[in-house]
Amino acid sequence: MLPFDRFALRPHRAAGAFAPASRRGFLKAGALAGAGLVIGAVLPGGRITAAHAADAANPFQGYIVVAPDNSVTVLSAHFEMGQGAYTGIATLVAEELGADWSQMRAEGGAGNTKLYGNLAWGGVMQGTGGSTAMASSFERYRKAGAMARTMLVQAAAQSWNVPAGEIKVEKGVLSHASSKQASFGELAEKAASLTPPGDVALKDRKDWQLIGDATLHRVDHVSKTNGTAQFTLDVKLPNMLYAVVQHPPLFGATVKSVDAAAAKAVKGVVDVVQIPRGVAVLADSTWNAMKGREALKVEWDNSQAETRGTAEIMADYKKLAGGTDAKTARADGDAAKAMAGAAKTVEAAYEFPYLAHAAMEPLDAVAWKHDDVIEVWGGHQMPDLYQAVTAQIAELPPEKVKLHVMMSGGSFGRRAVPDADVIAEAVSTAKAIGWKAPVKLVWTREDDMTGGRYRPMYYHTLKAGLDAQGQIVAWQHRIVGQSILGGTPFEGMVKDGIDATSVEGAANLPYAIPNLTVDLVTTKTGVPVLWWRSVGSTHTAYSTEAFLDELAHEAGKDPIEFRLGLLENHPRHRAVLEKVRDASGWGGELANGRGRGVAVAESFGSFVAQVAEISIQNGAIKVERVVCAVDCGTAINPDVIKAQMEGGIGYGLSAILKGEITLEGGAVQQTNFDGYEVLHMEDMPQIEVHILPSTENPTGVGEPGVPPIGPAIANAVFSVTGKRIRTLPMSKTDLSAT
Amino acid sequence: MITLKVNGETRSVNVDPQTPLLWVLRDTIGLTGTKYGCGIAFCGACTVHLDGQPTRSCSIAVGDVGESAITTIEAVEGKAAKAVQTAWQNLDVVQCGYCQSGQVMAATALLAGNAKPTDADIDAAMTNICRCATYQRIRAAIHEAARLMEI
Repeated sequence: MLPFDRFALRPHRAAGAFAPASRRGFLKAGALAGAGLVIGAVLPGGRITAAHAADAANPFQGYIVVAPDNSVTVLSAHFEMGQGAYTGIATLVAEELGADWSQMRAEGGAGNTKLYGNLAWGGVMQGTGGSTAMASSFERYRKAGAMARTMLVQAAAQSWNVPAGEIKVEKGVLSHASSKQASFGELAEKAASLTPPGDVALKDRKDWQLIGDATLHRVDHVSKTNGTAQFTLDVKLPNMLYAVVQHPPLFGATVKSVDAAAAKAVKGVVDVVQIPRGVAVLADSTWNAMKGREALKVEWDNSQAETRGTAEIMADYKKLAGGTDAKTARADGDAAKAMAGAAKTVEAAYEFPYLAHAAMEPLDAVAWKHDDVIEVWGGHQMPDLYQAVTAQIAELPPEKVKLHVMMSGGSFGRRAVPDADVIAEAVSTAKAIGWKAPVKLVWTREDDMTGGRYRPMYYHTLKAGLDAQGQIVAWQHRIVGQSILGGTPFEGMVKDGIDATSVEGAANLPYAIPNLTVDLVTTKTGVPVLWWRSVGSTHTAYSTEAFLDELAHEAGKDPIEFRLGLLENHPRHRAVLEKVRDASGWGGELANGRGRGVAVAESFGSFVAQVAEISIQNGAIKVERVVCAVDCGTAINPDVIKAQMEGGIGYGLSAILKGEITLEGGAVQQTNFDGYEVLHMEDMPQIEVHILPSTENPTGVGEPGVPPIGPAIANAVFSVTGKRIRTLPMSKTDLSAT
Repeated sequence: MITLKVNGETRSVNVDPQTPLLWVLRDTIGLTGTKYGCGIAFCGACTVHLDGQPTRSCSIAVGDVGESAITTIEAVEGKAAKAVQTAWQNLDVVQCGYCQSGQVMAATALLAGNAKPTDADIDAAMTNICRCATYQRIRAAIHEAARLMEI
């Protein structure tokens, strides 16, 4: 969901990207009070306080902890929001370590950019996004595993007085022909006293036993089935206060005055404080804080607020689309001239609404300043930024900020916020009460739904020219909408007026069209926006793939064959299309009333094609079946990849079929799941996922399942009804007459 | 003081009787496996059993629970619960996992009353929202759990 790969995708697998532990020092078992072998590094001098170093339960410095109890805990540079990053990274470590899968654990690591900086972003910042976790981790964590194995073998060799080369490591057991054997846990302390190897060789992929194994279970599948998995909402500290915030009712409004008397009179309410983003009510329970907030009276200054509704904003966008104030994102050949000479032209315009992420766990964070340290528990999707923001608010140096990376009840991009958002609110609230207690700050569902940070609204216009043979000779694509990067610390990545997140998926259209322009009109509205699972491709894949389907129809060609004819130089696009063509029975008989549609999209370096099979029931779209093919390079955890395709399709369907945030007079109209409709069990189609074999380096799977499903459905709807749906969500289009 | 029967134990809590059971379980008693998702009985993340019936704990006042036996994810047991949790793990249903306590409670109640649910039965009973859209695996896991219960 972060766009860094577009800008900073540098040689993230170049030699030297991984600095071995030997250069950074090494934390011995003694220092960790029984934590055993810690592979990775101690933080640079001064970054570990005495309290931290002794805190064996949270060894946030390093990659791997081999404990005396024989568990192997991987400290993940990427947080777990459901996408399976912990499982993927544990697999990479276990493969090279020679561990038994059952001994693997994973936790979030944070607080050291050198160790955890995202290598797909040039290593400059720790963060999870843009479906980069496996790309960033593939070499880093395998090397960490290999280094740990080497040291355990050395320890065994010394203990048994045998050559290291005669020691075998298999399923977590070290053994020698002399019948000596030991577990990792037994040798961890001795291994920790050894000098780490300078470099290590990695296994040949033909020798992999865990990478690519579809039967491995997720590392978190038991704790998330029996209620023991810990999320931020579950954190409880002694004397902790619970806080909710009254946010402005309009985006951009500020507090004019507060009358806290009635709120403070509510039983259990402890305090009411103003913070930069609103007014916080603190109480002895979440419910009492909510009751207190209901009684709170705040007068708002709306003079700087956004007061337009979405209908007005869209009307403005349509006017802007006809103007001349656009920045060019791509220009091949001479599209205007070729259009003028075309035998036939086709035009279409598409409207995309604001969308909420609506993750199941509403935003929350816990902040506790004590002694000279502040600890923050949260879904730390961008830890380095949150550490910096926390340090600034708490007026402490960054090394005094300790982040506890919690598993998150979804995110879909929502917890990767440049200004740290709920983290900043929790810290500000704790500060406002003089740090007298730990504070858990929780957004209600209503806060989450109305609090902004939406997938931006967009308006697209497309025009194409076909020659007499039905070949596309010209393509003009204009996109109108807000910049996600504008106004954030990442604004510098906007080049020549183009925010790449607005045009990705359109500016890199793979089809062989000789004359093509893509341009962008960046709009200003007061509605806060953010990346949303698959970012630009949430709308560009829809408009380009639905429009291409129109052109195939105009040309009288089969939609898949039409695409293949334009993808001669794109073998990975071709391969996923051919796979879904063959696996879906494309062109074959369908049950009465059903129709098929296809779409293909590359996003975040992965290639996904989908064929959707639908019917119309009682005027509504019923998605019956989706066949999906994905090429994400080396498949580390095939079952996680399948799950992400299934989930991406479901998440995309929610948005395409039903999802819409609207504003009237600047106020958000949807406040909860009763107004912002999402997919339920009965709406879920049967999904088949095919993973294409590949030896390319791994790319992401968290997002790339989303983009093709919308246009695949749109194209299927056309095949059944003859209608082209160009305004989303689809529920706005009446199909009852068809 | 309100007296509750939670997971086989008697608990006395000093809270406003209007407080939703959800927040009493989470903040007062410390049973955090039951999650907050919407507060309006819509998403099902807060599902617990009251006398075996799946109930959205965000929308029942603790003062209205009365003598009913409350069961949460921490203590749900029996043939159906075991089959459901085993099937959930066998099929790796979970992604973010936040809604899954509620899903497991809803599925357990379904199977306890209907050992061989059809897809239509599942659609009707499993109204819980999962934003990771693990629905396909939830459906498969319920059928798998039904099969496990026959063994």
